[in-house]
Amino acid sequence: MTRRSVQLAGVSKQFGSTRVIHDVNLRIEPGELVVFVGPSGCGKSTLLRLIAGLEEPSRGSIHISGRDVTHTHPSKRGVAMVFQSYALYPHMTVAENMGFGLKIQGTPREEIATRVRRAAEILQLEALLDRKPRALSGGQRQRVAIGRAIVREPDVFLFDEPLSNLDAALRGQMRVEIARLHARLGATMIYVTHDQVEAMTLASRIVVLNGGRIEQVGSPLELYHRPANLFVAGFLGSPRMNFLAARVVRAERGFLELDVAGGSMRVTRGHAQPAASGLSVGDLVTVGIRPERLSLQAMAPHPATPAPNDTDPQDVLALRGEVTLLERLGSEALAHIRSHGERGETLVAKLPGDLHLEPGAQVTLTTAASSCHVFDATGNAVDTQTPVNGPFVADSSSAPLNEASR
Amino acid sequence: MIYGSRTSGLLYLSPYLIGLAVFTLFPFVASLLLSFSDYRLQDSLGTAHLIGLENYRAILHDRTFGKSLIVTLIYVFVTVPLKLAFALFIAFVLNFRLRAIGAFRTAYYLPSILGGSVAIAVVWRYVFAGDGLINQALAWLGASPINWLGEPAYAMFSIVLLRLWQFGSAMVIFLAGLQGIPSDLYEAARLDGASPWQVFRRITLPLLTPVIFFNFIMQVIQAFQEFNGPYVITGGGPLKATYLLPLMIYEEAFKYFEVGYASALSWCLFVLVAIFTAIAFRSSKHWVFYAGEK
Repeated sequence: MTRRSVQLAGVSKQFGSTRVIHDVNLRIEPGELVVFVGPSGCGKSTLLRLIAGLEEPSRGSIHISGRDVTHTHPSKRGVAMVFQSYALYPHMTVAENMGFGLKIQGTPREEIATRVRRAAEILQLEALLDRKPRALSGGQRQRVAIGRAIVREPDVFLFDEPLSNLDAALRGQMRVEIARLHARLGATMIYVTHDQVEAMTLASRIVVLNGGRIEQVGSPLELYHRPANLFVAGFLGSPRMNFLAARVVRAERGFLELDVAGGSMRVTRGHAQPAASGLSVGDLVTVGIRPERLSLQAMAPHPATPAPNDTDPQDVLALRGEVTLLERLGSEALAHIRSHGERGETLVAKLPGDLHLEPGAQVTLTTAASSCHVFDATGNAVDTQTPVNGPFVADSSSAPLNEASR
Repeated sequence: MIYGSRTSGLLYLSPYLIGLAVFTLFPFVASLLLSFSDYRLQDSLGTAHLIGLENYRAILHDRTFGKSLIVTLIYVFVTVPLKLAFALFIAFVLNFRLRAIGAFRTAYYLPSILGGSVAIAVVWRYVFAGDGLINQALAWLGASPINWLGEPAYAMFSIVLLRLWQFGSAMVIFLAGLQGIPSDLYEAARLDGASPWQVFRRITLPLLTPVIFFNFIMQVIQAFQEFNGPYVITGGGPLKATYLLPLMIYEEAFKYFEVGYASALSWCLFVLVAIFTAIAFRSSKHWVFYAGEK
């Protein structure tokens, strides 16, 4: 299988008067597994269909390996697609389904058989080749759909939410299989999903889409640790990032001082660059804190949370509140805490699973100021300087993976 | 409690049950009994005698029946495939997303509502008459007129055409079948590089076979029962070339008053339809694909 790049240049798509894709520019490198992720209706499937040739862009061009394929027939683009519904031909056997494309192209029968057998081997479908799709389980059908793509030996694989019809356990298993397949074939793959766990675990790079626009492109950890805006910050991570309204009380070169949660708490940002962000005293901002970055004050401090008495108090954000709910997940517990701030925002903290905490308990949560994200009034990140490969990497990089393995 | 009782249940069912008994079961049983009798319409029922299989024996030696049977089979074998093909073709065209497609669908369905009526058969008779619309059109094109209803082959053609014109109900069923085929199968086929003909031949047609089968059975049954066309347009002629079995049954019963004989003919027709339906069902496992089958 040849590795091919895919390039979208100023691609827009309009259905009637509704514009669903807005001026998308993106380059996918050969051999990459790029995941398009976003909420339903964000245009991710449309973008994939544009690459497949099932839709034509209203504007812009699509290049595969440098060749302009904007108006090329889907079958001539060197792409194969795995559909959400599998789209297996119900009246054909597994082998016929996988070999249909080759048969249409007039490939010799022996070669079809060889390629079908090889793909069936990769996907452990050998025993099912004579069955009709109806006689297969969901996971098996999914594998046949992938097998049909493999048999065509495409330059680019396109996956349109391929796992969304499977149950949770099977989804996890198939996710691993797709990751293995990518490692084995090394082909360029574009994968659409609304499931951030799939995105985080599979992707070389993630493209976050919202309202037909690209919000951010980057590696999973880059997006997790340095979200470009509130949307990306809130979309990736489960439970989602906590957002607290805040106000700038001091804006000086090199740092920002913020009042968080109604003035009863303060955070100082050493990394913030107000000059670049254009923030000044009195501006309203949003502070984002990942649930796993919050610790109970009485607990052993989180590695990322400097002990209050060792450091400048302003480097630590302390939030007081009342426990409203404790969700026990076994290895960890999710504490829902209503802050005592004016707005009474509810925070979710990911705490150790064996923690004894009752609803109604008064607690103080702490987090390192440096692990907080700050977003300006337009929702853009003020400071994305939290280094991806910085001091917290060993600790924080495990977060999305743990997430994924659940 | 009244809602739970058997009586009230039967009460609710009674309009249907009474209708079934009076208009279906009674004629069914009565015609079977009459087919073993020499009952004539102008005589009282009391004078009729049971004559065993005499009527059936007579049918075997009736040359008119032989002729009528052949004509009926030709009619069925010509109209059913033609009508199905035509209905499928129109359904296929009407399945495209075109502007004002609803209006087209209605327009194409309209003949089916009108087509079966005696009034249209009368219109048809005028259209095919010696100085009718078709011959006028032929004259305008410089061709010599054709004796549509006087020549055996042409007469059959004109009643076949009337039947073809009523393709609407089969078309609507085909249209529903076509719309039931998931669009992503077509997209997968496009990615596989299938041409429109290959898509039709290898995807659409196989997935449509249950609908084709249903339409086939319905059309066979209806074609065997065709009466209006030959009765109004050709009167069964010329030379009994359009003398379909239902017309023969009608004439035996209500022209010659041989109700016993006509009843026996009806049962022959019934058995004939049953045999054809059974053959169709038997063959279906070789060519009908059901998505639910493993």
